[in-house]
Amino acid sequence: MSHRLPPFQRFLDGHRDEVWRFLVSSVGPTEAEDCFQETFISALSAYPRLRADSNLRAWVLTIAHRKAIDCHRARARRALPVAEPDGPDPHPHHSAAERDEQLWDAVGALPTRQRAAVVLRFVADLPHREIAVAIGCSEEAARRSLHEGLLKLRKAVPA
Amino acid sequence: MNPANPSETAAVESALRRLGEPAQTGSVGDSATRSAAVAARLLDRIAAEGLADVGYDTVDSPFGPLLAASTRRGLVRLAFPEEDVDSVLEGLSRRLSPRIVESPAAFDPVRRELEQYFDGLRRRFELPLDWSLIGPFGRRVLRATAAIPYGGHLSYGEVAAEAGSPRGSRAAGNALGSNPIPIVIPCHRVLRTGGALGGYGGGLERKRWLLELEGALQAPPG
Repeated sequence: MSHRLPPFQRFLDGHRDEVWRFLVSSVGPTEAEDCFQETFISALSAYPRLRADSNLRAWVLTIAHRKAIDCHRARARRALPVAEPDGPDPHPHHSAAERDEQLWDAVGALPTRQRAAVVLRFVADLPHREIAVAIGCSEEAARRSLHEGLLKLRKAVPA
Repeated sequence: MNPANPSETAAVESALRRLGEPAQTGSVGDSATRSAAVAARLLDRIAAEGLADVGYDTVDSPFGPLLAASTRRGLVRLAFPEEDVDSVLEGLSRRLSPRIVESPAAFDPVRRELEQYFDGLRRRFELPLDWSLIGPFGRRVLRATAAIPYGGHLSYGEVAAEAGSPRGSRAAGNALGSNPIPIVIPCHRVLRTGGALGGYGGGLERKRWLLELEGALQAPPG
């Protein structure tokens, strides 16, 4: 059976949550909604011209990455990407969900290209070649950004 | 170029992969709930700006929820409850455009006219229709069908003759059976010569029900 593009609604249903999380970790919760709308409006516009065997997840996260960069450029100085914690954590043991939040926060604090490389590699599962295309650099530079990003994350989030 | 020491980052890599898994959606606060609300506002915007080629939603009927789809031209598809929603959407995506989204507000006129019809308060539909799912012969047959007045009926042969193919009653039956907008294009008003019900895509019970609603069946057919 040949591949066909799913109806756009199904594509949106299938990818909205990861795009949302990518954008929250990239631009913060306040501006994530505008970026989210811009991402899917752009995707809707280009959708019928897309090849049916495309990696839809990689494609939409690439668009989201570009919208996040536009958003960063639109701001003179970027505010903290996530809300401040309420105060000292009374519980020394973090739940899995809290560790996930901590990791997303650390991802959000990475420089743009490292963050994109990390998210596209491990959340979108793109190969290095496609990451390079998505962020507009050489494959070697993409590998380097990825590696540097991972080292920073390791320091920020002790295992 | 490989990382100098892959094991250094292995724990972070596996945590990142876990975050990326769809089943993990509940892990970051209420992100699934948030993304649903954000997506609903996106759909409002798509509808307001007319950015999709096909919109769809369900509309109530005495037969259960019908799936209605429309283009910028008008209503293009009405599907009975037992039709699989994904198959209907995939068919529309393939034949019209994959730019297809849920758009509840767009169907208020469809809801209103159907409700009036089912309450016996409306004898003809005024909804704009999009005939693009119907081929040239089917169009002739269904236009002839659309001209049959409320409460009336024609035979398959009569409809075929109206469509310009006097010997095409079987082909006319096929065209009626693949009517993409049943009820609104009243293919239930076409019967066998002599008054037997013939066929109906939505089931003969519904055909009988519609004809009784319209007062076209004097007595229950044997």
